[in-house]
Amino acid sequence: MSKEPVAVVGIGQTKHVSARRDVSIAGMVREAARRALDDAELTWADIDAVVIGKAPDFFEGVMMPELYLADALGAVGKPMLRVHTAGSVGGSTALVATNLIAGRVHGTVLTLAYEKQSESNAMWGLSLPIPFQQPLVAGAGGFFAPHVRAYMRRTGAPDTVGSLVAYKDRRNALKNPYAHLHEHDITLEKVQASPMLWDPIRYSETCPSSDGACAMILTDRAGAARSPRPPAWMHGGAMRSEPTLFAGKDFVSPQAGKDCAADVYRQAGIADPRRDIDAVEMYVPFSWYEPMWLENLGFAEEGEGWKLTESGVTELDGDLPVSMSGGVLSTNPIGASGMIRFAEAALQVRGQAGEHQVDGARRVLGHAYGGGSQFFSMWLVGSAPPAS
Amino acid sequence: MTREIAVIAFAQTDHRRTTEDVSEVEMLMPVLHDVLEQTGLKTADIDFTCSGSSDYLAGRAFSFTMALDGVGAWPPISESHVEMDGAWALYEAWTKLLTGDADTALVYGYGKSSPGSVRDVLTRQLDPYYVAPLWPDSVALAALQAQALIDAGETDEPALAAVAARSRASAAANSRAQLRGSVPQGDYVVRPLRTGDCPPVGDGAAAVILAAGERARELCERPAWIRGIDHRIEAHGLGVRDLTDSPSTRLAAERAGAFERPVDTAELHAPFTSQEVVLRKALRLDGSVNVNPSGGALAAHPLMAAGLIRIGEAAARIHRGASDRALAHATSGPCLQQNLVAVLEGDAR
Repeated sequence: MSKEPVAVVGIGQTKHVSARRDVSIAGMVREAARRALDDAELTWADIDAVVIGKAPDFFEGVMMPELYLADALGAVGKPMLRVHTAGSVGGSTALVATNLIAGRVHGTVLTLAYEKQSESNAMWGLSLPIPFQQPLVAGAGGFFAPHVRAYMRRTGAPDTVGSLVAYKDRRNALKNPYAHLHEHDITLEKVQASPMLWDPIRYSETCPSSDGACAMILTDRAGAARSPRPPAWMHGGAMRSEPTLFAGKDFVSPQAGKDCAADVYRQAGIADPRRDIDAVEMYVPFSWYEPMWLENLGFAEEGEGWKLTESGVTELDGDLPVSMSGGVLSTNPIGASGMIRFAEAALQVRGQAGEHQVDGARRVLGHAYGGGSQFFSMWLVGSAPPAS
Repeated sequence: MTREIAVIAFAQTDHRRTTEDVSEVEMLMPVLHDVLEQTGLKTADIDFTCSGSSDYLAGRAFSFTMALDGVGAWPPISESHVEMDGAWALYEAWTKLLTGDADTALVYGYGKSSPGSVRDVLTRQLDPYYVAPLWPDSVALAALQAQALIDAGETDEPALAAVAARSRASAAANSRAQLRGSVPQGDYVVRPLRTGDCPPVGDGAAAVILAAGERARELCERPAWIRGIDHRIEAHGLGVRDLTDSPSTRLAAERAGAFERPVDTAELHAPFTSQEVVLRKALRLDGSVNVNPSGGALAAHPLMAAGLIRIGEAAARIHRGASDRALAHATSGPCLQQNLVAVLEGDAR
């Protein structure tokens, strides 16, 4: 039995900012959905089903918000699914939508992810109360900093690598009109002089808190044939999970991430990711995760990821551009962050990434992760339809 | 849709008023072990895992991430989660099996309603700007629907009491149920609904295993084939809906093929007696259909598992030969806003 090929024919996102005080949650998600429909030149009536994702309901204080958002997303009378897989959710949501088409349940699906962090307090939402969890009330940075330190110790990476990533991503963001942070006066010295928050993570090496939404229109082969603009074709997609904490867990390079990438490469016929993949839109909420994930995803040998970063390979004009949009470091509406990575990968192979377009990008990886480095979600999209 | 997919195993906890003695993981583990043992499968044999739950019941973000400890997600597994009833997790798993990327799936749903006030917690599902600040609770909203039905002449209080009595009499044979046998109809909670018209507040979990084609036949003597499954959502604002009808249920049933041939059994997720009246009409169920032989949601209502349990109960009846064609229904949101219908069949005997 063969799967139906899946194509991305519409992409829309909001201009991400720290607080969208001008719109409700419903208004914000509708804006992204509307833009995706316009891109695909489709109407609400063309949509068969809606798949929506976001990070914890506690972030906005709305329990199961798909119920409230059904009207705003034109879902009344249609199937509506709500996915939640922590930080990887934006990617997982797109993959669940993909399955509806690949399994021939529906022809055209709207998938959307969002976070409106200004409605509440994400730091509170992430500070799990004892006795359920260790009192890591320092937010996500407090959780990840020791693992960054472990990476540095393991690989001997110089402590300048993190600031290089932040400097690159913030410059890339200047070319992306939808990015949250547009720091026109950014310099490497400014990044390096920013306050130390969770040693070795500096203030300028962390992601912002954003309000924003991202939407995509996914469709089958027939839908792609009607697309007014070049579609992005899905060549492979996978999710992998492992527990939060257990003896022997490798937080620096989790097995679930390696397995997830390997599954995607197998589906897409990628033999050598470093050679066969043109660019990577990577989930890097703290700058050091770029070299760490370069190794985890198989773009570099173990211990060598930081060398790729340091040598400029991951710059926008480098041999393997990473986080062309400015990445999570420049824009972080948490629940949407994974889908933005997937959507940016699709924009690249459609040749529609504007000023941050990578010339000749034909195969691009979109990557997301979440929880305590335990949930992974990835897809590889191409400018040409999949071979089989 | 060329691939045949079946429910091949079902397990549930005893549903209890409180489970302070166990964590969510501890509540879940026996159920997960139970379904795996029924099929002889091990975690490593499962191609895809999907769960349904809600952070708001646990009162903390990312509560589902802990549940993975109960599954035994090492080496890493292909896994996903819906912040919905486990019935929708089953739907996601069904689509995954349809793609051919997986042959078996483990699906579970769980909820501990006891730590908080469910009536208050569920108000957080409502429009956060215009409705939720008024804290209209779940029983009050269901009472609006019940009164609309009475005003329309679709039911009356004695008929609602009869639904409650029949459900709990059926539950007498269900050792897992929380409320069984003769239960007094009680005083008004919110007119016209009495205690007996409302579901018990309780904690519980359920799990199901799905398998495709020949794999299902290898693992189960009489698989419960999913002939169709569909779900639909309605508008959120109660003022724009006809609360005496459920067009989303009717549409989902049509798409699932429920009206093509009669069913002998229907497991309905109707937490309130009045909602059974609405669902019976939408699903065209007459007296020939055995409705909620398990006792339904009026006998046990662990949030985020109760819908999956309906599918599991319907499938289990097919497994043991008590049904040949069954309908299972799950609901989400206030006053039956979102509804899922599955049609299950056993091989001809």
